[in-house]
Amino acid sequence: MTLSYNLNHLRELEAESVFVIREVAAQFEKPALLFSGGKDSIIMVHLAVKAFRPAKIPFTLVHIDTGHNFDETIVYRDELVKSIGARLVVGSVQESIDKGRVIEETGPFASRNYLQTVTLLDTIEAHGFDALLGGGRRDEEKARAKERFFSHRDEFGQWDPKNQRPELWNIFNSRKKIGEHFRVFPISNWTEMDVWQYILMENIQMPSLYFSHWRECVNRKGVLLAKSDFLQLVDGEYYEKMHIRFRTIGDMSCTGATLSSAHTLEDIIQEVAAARVTERGSRADDKRTETAMEDRKREGYF
Amino acid sequence: MELGKSNGYLDMELLRFTTAGSVDDGKSTLIGRLLYDSKSIFEDQYEAIKKSSERRGEPEVNLALLTDGLRAEREQGITIDVAYRYFATPKRKFIIADTPGHIQYTRNMVTGASTANLAIILVDSRKGVIEQTKRHAFIASLLGIPHVVVCINKMDLVDYDQKVFERIKKDFQGFASKLKVHDVQFLPISALKGDNVVDKSENMPWYGGPTLMYLLETVHIGSDLNLVDCRFPVQCVIRPQTDEHHDYRAYGGRIAGGVFKPGDKVMVLPSGFTTTISAIDGTTGPLLKAFAPMSVAIRLEDELDISRGDMLVRVNNVPTVSQDVDLMICWMSPAKLQPNGKYFIRHTTREARCVVKEILYKVDINTLHRMQDDKNVGMNDIARITLRTTKPLFFDKYQINRNTGSVILIDEGTNETVGAGMII
Repeated sequence: MTLSYNLNHLRELEAESVFVIREVAAQFEKPALLFSGGKDSIIMVHLAVKAFRPAKIPFTLVHIDTGHNFDETIVYRDELVKSIGARLVVGSVQESIDKGRVIEETGPFASRNYLQTVTLLDTIEAHGFDALLGGGRRDEEKARAKERFFSHRDEFGQWDPKNQRPELWNIFNSRKKIGEHFRVFPISNWTEMDVWQYILMENIQMPSLYFSHWRECVNRKGVLLAKSDFLQLVDGEYYEKMHIRFRTIGDMSCTGATLSSAHTLEDIIQEVAAARVTERGSRADDKRTETAMEDRKREGYF
Repeated sequence: MELGKSNGYLDMELLRFTTAGSVDDGKSTLIGRLLYDSKSIFEDQYEAIKKSSERRGEPEVNLALLTDGLRAEREQGITIDVAYRYFATPKRKFIIADTPGHIQYTRNMVTGASTANLAIILVDSRKGVIEQTKRHAFIASLLGIPHVVVCINKMDLVDYDQKVFERIKKDFQGFASKLKVHDVQFLPISALKGDNVVDKSENMPWYGGPTLMYLLETVHIGSDLNLVDCRFPVQCVIRPQTDEHHDYRAYGGRIAGGVFKPGDKVMVLPSGFTTTISAIDGTTGPLLKAFAPMSVAIRLEDELDISRGDMLVRVNNVPTVSQDVDLMICWMSPAKLQPNGKYFIRHTTREARCVVKEILYKVDINTLHRMQDDKNVGMNDIARITLRTTKPLFFDKYQINRNTGSVILIDEGTNETVGAGMII
């Protein structure tokens, strides 16, 4: 151990995130952690475990399941839940459709991405969660750049970006009225690079989807979509075997792959350092309009 | 760029800075250049804002659109809120709190400044030190930002004249001598042409100092945090309640000042009981020492009644324990500060209620004059006030420790954060 009093950038970000996560446990009655199976929610769980060990994490994990999952995501999720002894709640988009709460989009470009908001808000209400921890980062998308750590949601689950509470120092205001809730983003200040460097430093086991592998994909307007039962090809489209990995993991119908030969975490970091497009550049869900993310977030999206 | 565990790439420092400038002083251009030259703008982002700029009929690519992402901001062409931007060089990771130049200026700059190690203040070389420059310097000093860099911009428009630079520097120093700004540096730059931003300017051979990027990468931030006065506000109690860890009981929190070690004698506030630290568990395992800003769990030798909002300190170095608090407040709500008004107050992990006992004066942030006759404190005003709290707070002066010297006030009816206070 050295005698310096400096933390490197990853340890400082970690300290900030652990502080925020503990604030949530201390300031709310029934907090939960949104888990998608993606890298950001994986490090969120990792940080939450650190914040309370040797005690168990005081959060229920919530997975909003579109039904269009990569098999690897579900296997990873179930193993993780078992290993940390957490409780898992699954909010099913399929159930929302069956109950008539939402109407499924049809056609070859259909996605269940938009339907998730209803399922999410229903799940929050059914379980009475008053705070949801999420792995959103400010560098991800322009609407997220103005998010608070503690982000207030009204009784309809809506976000009002023009009237956010100022957030100073590290004092977080969690006061709310009955029926309102908070979304909390402990890794707001992390970038994609920080996340991968941290995964490497901490040697965190990641789903195989993040590493390069051969997979049948279709090139749809520049977005490489994996072959699945949920995807309909349109005229002129065809599957071909490609050497790819995923930079983000979400619903299969809108998560694009990138051509890659990155087999190790070091390879991925090299690739991220050299990348000339953002990670969400491969997400079909953000491409619908210029403010697609803000519009979804206002309604209560992640 | 070399990567991997072996060569220190994982060992970067983190520097948080804020940028302050008036309208049209080239702030967006400067930030755009820092991001662009450090390869932190991606092609899809650039293409997207290029398209938006063209559609809006703007002659050049408007880099502000990178983070003016909200629909209302795009429609009105204004920045509504503090935007956080990120870039990294092999030496450091940077977080920029970019504060808008006109709307709710004070509120936004105070927010952005609250977490910054460094402030960049932009001055237009053609205009020199103006009222807004003074306002920026005052807020940087009030918020205790340890380092201030005054960038005298648009030097290309004054023929890179050394005399202009020296005159503005002298004006600024004359004004800043009234403020508590410890480390001020002056740079002649042209954000547009790139002079002294990342590369040294060939147009100003008379300038022998560092470029802005060099300064950002090397300014000494190791002493910005208070490592002398030990302060540990308790966030939560960690009790596993399992057979395996039956007797485990630790206090989770983030060190707000000083260095703690196992074996240290500590006092618990408010009870005043003393005990000894038996172990400190950090994010990497047991620690031999822990210092600000680490998040740790501290175990004690004795079982005491300790809960959230309490504070561990060293026996011979205790903060002020009082229900009477003097502070400078920045008001952030359209509803005016009420004399005798009651608010929630939050300080470290402690919450109480408070009443506004006295409004002593309001500060004219352009001239620094104390206005003793004007006690009308509204949005964006800064005033000196005294509060009485329902239970004692454990605090230090803000200029000694930003973590234990800051408070926020919350409106009891709306739950909005309405004030930011710096204890004096």
